[in-house]
Amino acid sequence: MKDLVIIGGGPAGMSAAIAAYESGVRDILILERDAGLGGILQQCIHNGFGLHKFGEELTGPEYAWKYEKRVKELGIEHKLNTMVLDVTPDKVVTATNSEDGIFQIKAKAIILAMGCRERSKGALNIAGTRPAGIYSAGTAQKFVNTKGFLPGKNVVILGSGDIGLIMARRMTLEGAKVHAVCELMPYSGGLARNIEQCLNDFDIPLLLQHTVVEIHGKERLEGVTIAKVDANKKPICETMKYIPCDTLLLSVGLIPENELSKGANVDISSITNGAIVDQNRQTSCDGIFACGNVLHVHDLVDFVSGEAEIAGKAAADYINGRQKDKTNIVINADGKIRYTVPQKITEQKDVKVYFRVNDIYKNAKILVRDGDKVVLSKRKPRLAPGEMEYVTITAEQLKNAKTLDFCLEVQ
Amino acid sequence: MEKKLTCIVCPLGCELVVTEKNGVVSVSGNTCPKGEAYAKNELTNPMRTVTSTVLCEDGGLVSVKTDTTIPKEKMQECMQIINSITAKLPISVGDIIIKDVFGSNIVATQNRSK
Repeated sequence: MKDLVIIGGGPAGMSAAIAAYESGVRDILILERDAGLGGILQQCIHNGFGLHKFGEELTGPEYAWKYEKRVKELGIEHKLNTMVLDVTPDKVVTATNSEDGIFQIKAKAIILAMGCRERSKGALNIAGTRPAGIYSAGTAQKFVNTKGFLPGKNVVILGSGDIGLIMARRMTLEGAKVHAVCELMPYSGGLARNIEQCLNDFDIPLLLQHTVVEIHGKERLEGVTIAKVDANKKPICETMKYIPCDTLLLSVGLIPENELSKGANVDISSITNGAIVDQNRQTSCDGIFACGNVLHVHDLVDFVSGEAEIAGKAAADYINGRQKDKTNIVINADGKIRYTVPQKITEQKDVKVYFRVNDIYKNAKILVRDGDKVVLSKRKPRLAPGEMEYVTITAEQLKNAKTLDFCLEVQ
Repeated sequence: MEKKLTCIVCPLGCELVVTEKNGVVSVSGNTCPKGEAYAKNELTNPMRTVTSTVLCEDGGLVSVKTDTTIPKEKMQECMQIINSITAKLPISVGDIIIKDVFGSNIVATQNRSK
């Protein structure tokens, strides 16, 4: 029996553990499948982390170290090299490692902090052969930054997510030539600063509305055919162009890793691919919480840590019987606003509601309605799908509300 | 003269416009003073932080960074210096691995034990 079991020792898991400890829980166990704490941050050696949380620019390993140090100072128990196999709705965790064999722990509360995986679907629909030399951007990042292997010398990147952009710079600095970054959409999914400092700094072309239509090569990748796409994302034959290369990196999105959550019968949103949660990040399953990229994919680790603190504190309140449920407000998103987190509010207090939009909008107005009544209205000069936004709904505004409709008014 | 830039100081990525009139440089589009300083610097002497890895004596890697920014055009030279050495273990976060590289030190961003 444990008070709190946290699945995943990355930024979300560590941050949640610290917050739970600081809220009075002592009997905490973090289960981490890798050989060290820190999760994916250990391979994200670039800087830009921590501006919100610490007011300074840190690299991934430095950001992780701040939390790891705290976890160790507080003496929070953690098992490394430990794979969780199953989580049940009544909060029994089954896990395995080479020391303990297979073991089960009953927990009063569980925090899911398993992070996300790279989407590989983009690869499946490309015509041609299946030679060596095709990697997801994160795999290439692991090779270069933790093993010291350069996956190739002549690179094309499909998808302009942040990891793809970061890897374009990293491969260039290590001596590879990145010929192009192809992006299917008319805009990049990555941060503007990364396009500037990872592509423009090295004269790497970003080809918007372009995709890879064919892969060439038998044993090793020899080249790719790229093409411009029309408004329906269909490749335009006349624009087909062959680029010789030995490496293709895929940076086509991230998907929350929820296999375990499904086993626990947690309700999953078809939009975020993560759990449906309330303001405490509690899932549909009583006492099971979720935070970080397993809940929805974040652009900044600072937001992951912030969210995990909410979950950690709420789990502590749950364990100590301090949770109060009063209201049941459902939050709806109009489609232009693709989703919100949380998706429901059960307590009348100030709540930060995070959301993402489905397209690029300029001078748009966010309206939060309770029936006909406008609860909140906020103007945003620029909104992009790659950039998470939030509004704060006050306890006062939640008074007597039944549903909150999040709408985007575009002029 | 007018030049458009994307600010890289923070994840906001403000779109900056720098104008020069009679020797006076003015910046618009920034949401903070750091953006203005970045834009002015970017026109005359662009600076960047370099992050990479250094080979350790046991064959493993340790992640490193320049502890201040260095001139942008020196990035590849900086990489050559980083890739030319082997670091002794153990290493703690913040340890100086190489001193004075284009006015900056190469420091470890990871702990590595023997």
